[in-house]
Amino acid sequence: MSAAFHRLWRTLGDRLLQVTGLAATVAALLVLALLLVDVFADGLGRVSWQFLTSFPSRRAASAGLFPALMGSLYVITLTAILAVPVGVGAAVYLQEYGSQGRLARLLEINIANLAGVPSIVYGLLGLGLFVRALGFGRSVLAGSATLALLVLPVVILATREALRTVPQEVREGAYALGATRWQTIWTLVLPMAFPGILTGVILALSRAIGETAPLITIGALTYVPFAPDGIMSPFTVLPIQIFNWVSRPQADFRVNAAAGIVVLLCLLVTMNGVAAWLRDRYQSRGGTT
Amino acid sequence: MTRRRFESGVELCLRFCAGLSVLVTGGIFLVLLMGTLAFFRDVSPIDFLFGTSWTPLFFNKQFGVLPLVAGTFLVSLIAMVVALPAGLATAIYLSEYAPRAARRTVKPILEILAGVPTVVYGYFALMFVTPALQQILPNLAGFNALSPGIVIGIMILPLVSSLSEDAIHSVPTALREAAYALGATRMQATLRVVLPAALSGISAAAILAVSRAIGETMIVTIAAGQQPRLTMNPMVPIETMTAYIVQVSLGDAPAGTLEYNTLFAVGMLLFANTFVLNVISNVLRERFKARYA
Repeated sequence: MSAAFHRLWRTLGDRLLQVTGLAATVAALLVLALLLVDVFADGLGRVSWQFLTSFPSRRAASAGLFPALMGSLYVITLTAILAVPVGVGAAVYLQEYGSQGRLARLLEINIANLAGVPSIVYGLLGLGLFVRALGFGRSVLAGSATLALLVLPVVILATREALRTVPQEVREGAYALGATRWQTIWTLVLPMAFPGILTGVILALSRAIGETAPLITIGALTYVPFAPDGIMSPFTVLPIQIFNWVSRPQADFRVNAAAGIVVLLCLLVTMNGVAAWLRDRYQSRGGTT
Repeated sequence: MTRRRFESGVELCLRFCAGLSVLVTGGIFLVLLMGTLAFFRDVSPIDFLFGTSWTPLFFNKQFGVLPLVAGTFLVSLIAMVVALPAGLATAIYLSEYAPRAARRTVKPILEILAGVPTVVYGYFALMFVTPALQQILPNLAGFNALSPGIVIGIMILPLVSSLSEDAIHSVPTALREAAYALGATRMQATLRVVLPAALSGISAAAILAVSRAIGETMIVTIAAGQQPRLTMNPMVPIETMTAYIVQVSLGDAPAGTLEYNTLFAVGMLLFANTFVLNVISNVLRERFKARYA
């Protein structure tokens, strides 16, 4: 009797663990679906050409997110210009020049820790350093510089990962032909690692485009009735505009928030789609030549 | 000769790029420290760390940070109650039970959860999760700790499941086979052999997740209510350290004022907490790697 029970428990327990695991996995996927359905059901009807090209307004029905959209594009472009060269440079140094020394080890630990610093703390850094000490004010430049520091660890880690996939034989072959270290890196290693680096960069920028808290901390405005006209211009971005709308009690503004989210998510999907397309394209070309 | 000079110039340039990351850490520490010291000229550290009332924006100003710490703790606790069991169950399923094809499709989809902007989660918490919970819990306030806590749990779930899965997956197959040879079922092998072997890796994942939950800002700012309150009641409005920083930033406190300096004191506390957790997590992960790599 007890032996039979024991045997039943053995198979039943095994099945139970499997079902629990499957249920947890499916539940997580369902929540993702639920979130998307909820947001699109609330906001898709509000997305229109008028919504994309209008300025914010006290009346929800005529408000739009043109300044926020332009602000996001400005900030992301400048963030990329600031973060990518430095991030790729740091990764090349760590991976190709000094991956053994004590200094390199220290840098590695430091970068891992930076990746775990909450984004709002970067906002405080930006406020103290860029807005006040360097006198950038609450400009696109201050926002981009803050976000560039925020995504720097992501760019460095992804670039190192990509550099690691380039076979050592490639470097040795180049050295055997008399190439210097930098010639090898510039003409062979970086082009071969390019698809991986690009994916990492787009991943980092998609994180930056969704960031709200650090930009609020440096003082990006919540009400901006104009598009930025330069890097010293005041600005707002999509997530801040969404936050501004969702914090208002009127239901109409919350519909605007949902519509803003739809636009933001579409932007993110487009960026990731472009990344996937570019990666495939370069990978297949690398394969044939 | 010029080529050699060019080469060393390039190396110097690249080294500067790498060194910049140290400057960033130094910069964070310095900016926070200077603001915190300025704050402590007006408020004693004892009153700050152990005071039970936080009213810096009122006429009668009190600077006891405990209500903010309690709010942060409560929300993070709720998040972990959601993320840890669900993330671990997902990790066990994906690593030990799921067919390889399922594993390869499910993992990237779960990663999407981590890539959704937090302001979107904030909207979801306020406009969907809270009303849904109010159907079950009629006493739940419109702003509360429960709903943002659950949503943060969902947000950090991929972190827990992905890192735990890596840890579970890197436990040598020989250990599992030895357990099977002794007559263990897959459940017994998983729960009594594989999980204990992967424990330090799983702990590293869990601690990193706690750190992420503590630092999460927009979800609590939108859905938790911005009312500092020393309570462990998840049904009422509260405020976290991060939400306070946003609240003051929106109000535009002039530089040099006491309100402005509270930003850095609270930021320093936040930074110190997450820093310690991240270091512990890294040490645990290194230890795990050293054992099985």
